[in-house]
Amino acid sequence: MKVLRDLFRDYRFFISFFVLVIILILAVLSFFAPYDPTLWNVVPKNQAPSMKYLLGTDSNGQDIFWQATFAVRNSLIIALIAASVSRVIAVLVGMVAGYTGGNTDRLLMFICDGLLVIPLFLILVMLAMMVRQHMNLVVLGLLLSVFGWPWDARVIRSVILSLRELDFTKTATLSGTGTVKLVLNEYMPHTTPLIFSTLINNISWVIGLEMTLALLGLVNVNVPTLGTMLNWAIIYQAMFLGRWFWVLTPVVLAVFMFIALYWLSTSISEYLDPRTRIQRVGV
Amino acid sequence: MTFLKRYLIPRLIQYVMILWLGITIVFLIPRLTPNDPVMAMIGEMRARGSTLEPGAMDGIIRDLTEMYGLEGSWSDQYWAFWGRLFHGDFGVSFFNFPTRVNQLIATALPWTLGLLLTTTAIAWISGNILGGLAGYFSRKGWSRSLDAIAMVIRPLPYYIFAFALLLLLAFVVRWFPVTGGSSLGAIPSFSWAYFKNVIWHSFLPALSLIILGAAVNFQTMKLIVQNVKAENFVQYAKLGGVTEDRIVNRYIIRNAILPQITGLALSLGLIFSGALITEMVFSYPGLGMLLYNSVIRADYNLIMGITILSIFGITTAILIVDLTYPLFDPRVRYY
Repeated sequence: MKVLRDLFRDYRFFISFFVLVIILILAVLSFFAPYDPTLWNVVPKNQAPSMKYLLGTDSNGQDIFWQATFAVRNSLIIALIAASVSRVIAVLVGMVAGYTGGNTDRLLMFICDGLLVIPLFLILVMLAMMVRQHMNLVVLGLLLSVFGWPWDARVIRSVILSLRELDFTKTATLSGTGTVKLVLNEYMPHTTPLIFSTLINNISWVIGLEMTLALLGLVNVNVPTLGTMLNWAIIYQAMFLGRWFWVLTPVVLAVFMFIALYWLSTSISEYLDPRTRIQRVGV
Repeated sequence: MTFLKRYLIPRLIQYVMILWLGITIVFLIPRLTPNDPVMAMIGEMRARGSTLEPGAMDGIIRDLTEMYGLEGSWSDQYWAFWGRLFHGDFGVSFFNFPTRVNQLIATALPWTLGLLLTTTAIAWISGNILGGLAGYFSRKGWSRSLDAIAMVIRPLPYYIFAFALLLLLAFVVRWFPVTGGSSLGAIPSFSWAYFKNVIWHSFLPALSLIILGAAVNFQTMKLIVQNVKAENFVQYAKLGGVTEDRIVNRYIIRNAILPQITGLALSLGLIFSGALITEMVFSYPGLGMLLYNSVIRADYNLIMGITILSIFGITTAILIVDLTYPLFDPRVRYY
């Protein structure tokens, strides 16, 4: 509880927590939506915002507010799938490379560096084109998870490298602790906060990439996500026609989400770093 | 000689291996996906409403199979693939038939290079200068407000930031044109009028790339300078009566700039992808727009050409940045 109280003293943590709670409430609201998000022409087209249609309706005849709740939910689902799968890869690669060292380390880090410098966006576009017919939330999530791990694996590896040199590692190995147990029981607690903060960053990265792939029409356009919602608005030239609520709803939601996630992760990692914590909290 | 042995040759080997890794991934993608890429492309073309005669369809299937290099065993295909690459042959664009992919890329490349080089340079220099100043005077009000602005801009992806800027400056206040690298029908020439036209039309995409890039550089540079400023040798120099100018120029900047050079090399791939996306948003006639069109029209050959060329370009650029590193760091000497 003390941790939470300290965290809430940071205005960035406070604001981002508040924004993310609202976004989560939106996502939960989608379960109570009166309309099916995949059906068109369920409401009159191109209505201005009113009491009946909170944010108006779009040119497909869908209610923008309820569509947005589905979009937030689906974007979050993709992000959670991609971020958690790529965390597993990052942790495995980082820990194996850091703990074993030698040639395994060199090979794994070569792959990491290779993936870091190659323009992955283009590779992702090629892959997405190939699996376009099978594209759904899970496939997209898995596809993005393949590319989201190299940087974080490097960070985790460097932490493991420094932990390996500490005394407790020698105590544990000398008293007969196996490698797997050592890594899981002794190293995991040290890396968990770090993994959590990379998880948040990765969620934000995935949501952004999903929107970019939607711009190219490489996701299933009938499933509402923040990306597909914005893409429909662009296809119907909503900016030229002045249908601002349609364009701005996904953009504003996304902007708030990105900023909130970033602030949350900076706030947490500043709290975790003892040097910055002293400056801020004074304990 | 030791420079060659200890630095240049290992670095060159790494360069070649990363090129090999990237291009091998490009080779594997159509082969590892569950569906037949040729049939997928045909389906794609049908779905886009292009009607073809049966005879033409057979021809296209044969061409596609050949272009993907899907004849023979995997090892045969792999060798043929590299053989074509070494001849600089990316094949023919399906949808601008029979224009060669090379020619399409050659038309778009100068636009992207111009945009990318200018914006990366401006963003890197301005971000580092501002970040350095803000880090040195970290208690001042303007430093804190710049930091707050960077905290808002930094997390936004290229697409959303570019789009927001487009909405704001081209649709709401209408200061800048909505699309394009130059006015419609403007004839390229070395005249001031054409030059002005290009700058005017490229201003928004360039601005969005510069602001995002500068925000990233600003934040890292500010943090580094703050840390270097707190180091013992800076305190010692101060107590020893070294002038502040000299401390800043010789002690702090020279130490702080090194990680930024490494950072530039590491993030080039990201910056490049971002530039492609920004070009799509602003319909700027570079590689990004070419990529957009080729994805919309399922022109796989063109995408493959753009990808391979980009992998080559980015890894080479990173190699050059890395090789100039000893010029900046006197501790790195290989002779």
